[in-house]
Amino acid sequence: MATAIEAPRAPAQRFAATPGQMLLAALIALFLALFLVIPVITVIYVAFTEKGTGAFTLINFYDFARTDLFIASFWNSMYVAAMTVVLASLFALPLAYLTTRFEFRGAGIVQMLGFIPLIMPPFAGAVAMQLLFGRNGTINLLLDDWFGFKIPFMEGLNGVVFAQAVHYFPFILINLSAALRNIDRSMEEAAQNLGSHGFRLFRRVVFPLAMPGYIAGASLVFVKVFDDLATPLLLNVKDMLAPQAYLRITSIGLADPMGYVIAVVLIVVSVAAMGASAWVMKGRDYATVQRGGGGLSKRPMNRSQAIGAYAVVLLILFLVLAPHIGLFLLSIATVWSFSPLPDGYTFAHYARVFAESSVFIKNTLLYATLAGIIDVVLGTAIAYLVLRTKLPGRHWLDWTASAALAIPGVVLGIGYLRTFFDVKMPDGTSFASFWIVIVLALAIRRLPYALRACYAALQQVSASLEEAAENLGATKSRTVRRIVLPLMMGGILAGFVTSFATAAVELSATLMLVQSTSDAPLAYGLYVFMQSPAGRGPGAALGIIAVLLVAVCTLISNWIIERNQHLRSTRT
Amino acid sequence: MRAFVQLMALAALAALSPAQAQAPTGKVTVLTSFSKDVTDPFKKAFEAAHPGTTVEIQNRNTNAGVKLLEETRSVNQVDIFWASAPDAFEVLKGKKLLQLYKPKAAGIPAKIGAYPINDPDGYYSGFAASGYGIMWNERYAKANKLPDPKEWQDLAKPVYFDHVSIAAPSRSGTTHLTIETILQGEGWDKGWRTIKEWSGNLRNVTERSFGVPDAVNSGQVGYGIVIDFFAFSAQGAGFPVKFVYPTVTTIVPANVGIVANPPNKATAEAFVEYLLSPAGQEVLLDKGIRRLPVRPETYAKAPADYPNPFKDPSLGGKVTFDSGLSSARTAVVDTLYDQLVTFQLDGLKAATKAIHAAEAALAKKDNAAGRAALKEARDLVAKMPVTAEQAASPEIRAAFTGGKEKSARQAELEQQWAASAKAAYAAAEAKANEAAKLAR
Repeated sequence: MATAIEAPRAPAQRFAATPGQMLLAALIALFLALFLVIPVITVIYVAFTEKGTGAFTLINFYDFARTDLFIASFWNSMYVAAMTVVLASLFALPLAYLTTRFEFRGAGIVQMLGFIPLIMPPFAGAVAMQLLFGRNGTINLLLDDWFGFKIPFMEGLNGVVFAQAVHYFPFILINLSAALRNIDRSMEEAAQNLGSHGFRLFRRVVFPLAMPGYIAGASLVFVKVFDDLATPLLLNVKDMLAPQAYLRITSIGLADPMGYVIAVVLIVVSVAAMGASAWVMKGRDYATVQRGGGGLSKRPMNRSQAIGAYAVVLLILFLVLAPHIGLFLLSIATVWSFSPLPDGYTFAHYARVFAESSVFIKNTLLYATLAGIIDVVLGTAIAYLVLRTKLPGRHWLDWTASAALAIPGVVLGIGYLRTFFDVKMPDGTSFASFWIVIVLALAIRRLPYALRACYAALQQVSASLEEAAENLGATKSRTVRRIVLPLMMGGILAGFVTSFATAAVELSATLMLVQSTSDAPLAYGLYVFMQSPAGRGPGAALGIIAVLLVAVCTLISNWIIERNQHLRSTRT
Repeated sequence: MRAFVQLMALAALAALSPAQAQAPTGKVTVLTSFSKDVTDPFKKAFEAAHPGTTVEIQNRNTNAGVKLLEETRSVNQVDIFWASAPDAFEVLKGKKLLQLYKPKAAGIPAKIGAYPINDPDGYYSGFAASGYGIMWNERYAKANKLPDPKEWQDLAKPVYFDHVSIAAPSRSGTTHLTIETILQGEGWDKGWRTIKEWSGNLRNVTERSFGVPDAVNSGQVGYGIVIDFFAFSAQGAGFPVKFVYPTVTTIVPANVGIVANPPNKATAEAFVEYLLSPAGQEVLLDKGIRRLPVRPETYAKAPADYPNPFKDPSLGGKVTFDSGLSSARTAVVDTLYDQLVTFQLDGLKAATKAIHAAEAALAKKDNAAGRAALKEARDLVAKMPVTAEQAASPEIRAAFTGGKEKSARQAELEQQWAASAKAAYAAAEAKANEAAKLAR
């Protein structure tokens, strides 16, 4: 197949909407309205009301702009989010580049390990990082002993940047690696024939071609960091927007408008950031025609290059896996206090966790699986409606579902309580206390990830294949079932894995919604354990179990994806 | 699982003869801020004492718990509210979210220290006592060569600069009581002066109560202002930590109350009775719990060195805690602390550091003008934007509740207070530097 930069791809031929498609769109719209739009509106409308009277007003936004603390918080959040993108790029670029461009032994393992930081249960990660990098953590105690100085890794805004970059850099790694793999080798060869090589080749040809993946990952990191409240709070940084919103809503009260004003600001900035990233990519087309067999040519490294490359990769892996290393040590430690390593080791914490907490593990698997399934079903359906039909308003489905990314978990949690508490179940209990509500909250919060994955997968399937099938007499639903879905399977699974893995360790919405311990997922159990001195070890053990659980599930799906791709590439 | 439990409960109900219908049975739902280490032993002990019952624990911090009961009032699923802060119970009582219940258990004195154990109106009962104090990590203290503190004022000494941690009073019911105790014990102006003096030595202000003992246990911070059982249970878990009660402390009861319209009233009552029974009180001595029982005779079974407020008159005798006054100004005190300390910590610390330096310089070479400037700097730090009378005035309280009498919106007040604190700390730092120069 001839290769060239493709002219802006002609829009896939769209079919007229069938009644079935309209019904599908209506159902999705109803779902989103019930479980996203209405709950969120019940919360944020408070931002537009006067305290006490409830009359409509914009005065709260005026107060926001006049309060030094909020303005400082706004800029701090901007700074942290932007710097995290920079630092996360520094972590992700070498890993992605070295493993995709060179013959690198263990590239698969590096890519796999690079995904792990995303699976860090809240609380546990920051606790473990404090023990290693904190003021009196392992590294600083040793530095102080040997050289008489300390490095403030975890102090202030820059500490937040460090912790966030370690946690979220996989978003960039995953997207960038995928983009690098999709670059056509001949582009690189053409550049080399024209005399470009080395860093110039990377800067002028390879990186720009991988730009869509990088921008997708970077904007995701920006938005997640901008909205995250757990990490800053655990590092005792309060003058950022998300922590301010959380502190106000949970300590001053649900009636205080300022918390909701901040929530509105968070949502606006997040949507703007996602919009900006889409706008940057608009009008540029880096797509290349050939798929599957492409990818950059992998080159062997000479000895010194190899040593350098492995040193860089190992250093980065050590940094980004440090929380897990720390957590593991904590889970087998007797007492760990003001010393580089624990005083002694024991497996008693695991015994306690298994004796008391198997219900948490079961619940987590159930909830995360259900949430993942809901997400890919919705994601696939929305992607199909947007890309393959001409339904009016179909983009609204996409935008609404993506906006969930910008809704802080606390806001969604409170919204659910407010909306569903008066909805009675047949047995007289409230719908909000039914565990399905936790699943719905998890699914809504993870929907944007799955949606993007399904969307990308469907974009890569040429509409001409569907036309061919229909020309041969297949019905629409049969075409979808037999042609579209199988071709999308890789992307759907990737979406499922991301939703599943992150849902399994989510806490912020869960904490508001868990009504009884027997319905609680693992992250909640971990939170409860971590609130007492004797619970630190078992909490860490539960964290390690969560990470392993998710890692195993990820491995399995990864294996399925690879096998699927392999099958496809052998078929063509 | 859930369905299974309900089935079991139904089966258990069906099996009961009518005569036993009043016996506690089935599920009792307990909303609590206590950690698993506290709730698990009680759950086990209660279920063993009353076969056929299950204790369902819902863990939330105190404020979130109060909010949950408020939001779910119409469809209440909770039988028991179980937490430390008496303030929270006052709030619930005020909102008619508690059920009147006078426990039958006898042998519990009316007061512990200077504080009444039970709600005089009978809406909630104290089941354990706790005092506030200072805990510290011995290894940390040794490595940094720091002395043991005894009083709140000790923490204001220059040696402790950057070594102390506290939970924000707006976030932690227990710290709120600590602050309120100091304000009531020393008076509004003097109390705030003390509080700001040691707050200038803070390493950080956490947003979770447990964040403080956690940081002290792991040695990230040396000293923490905490409720006693955090330290005792950390000792029980083997951490190298110590604890002291300052003279101005208050021993207040941790409480339990039955929520209005409980789904399972009989079992809820049994649970309260069990907590107050001799067997229930002994569970408090468990090494993961370590709280002070409200039954004097239980102390006979306690390990040596266990503090006993019924024997030791110095414990909490000095301050008579006025919970009415406390609850009237809760929001104002918490917001003041947040705006003057939590969110202005950098400015406050800079001023405090300059004051410490000036003091050291003057100690070497005394100078009257320098002393005067230093005093001015200290007064600037201690300056309060509102008086005690204003703090409890309807105008300011209405700003927080959205009432009609308000003179300004809450956000406006906060900005005023924060701006005045920021300016005062900057001026104090300049004055202190001036004092240090004079001593040179």
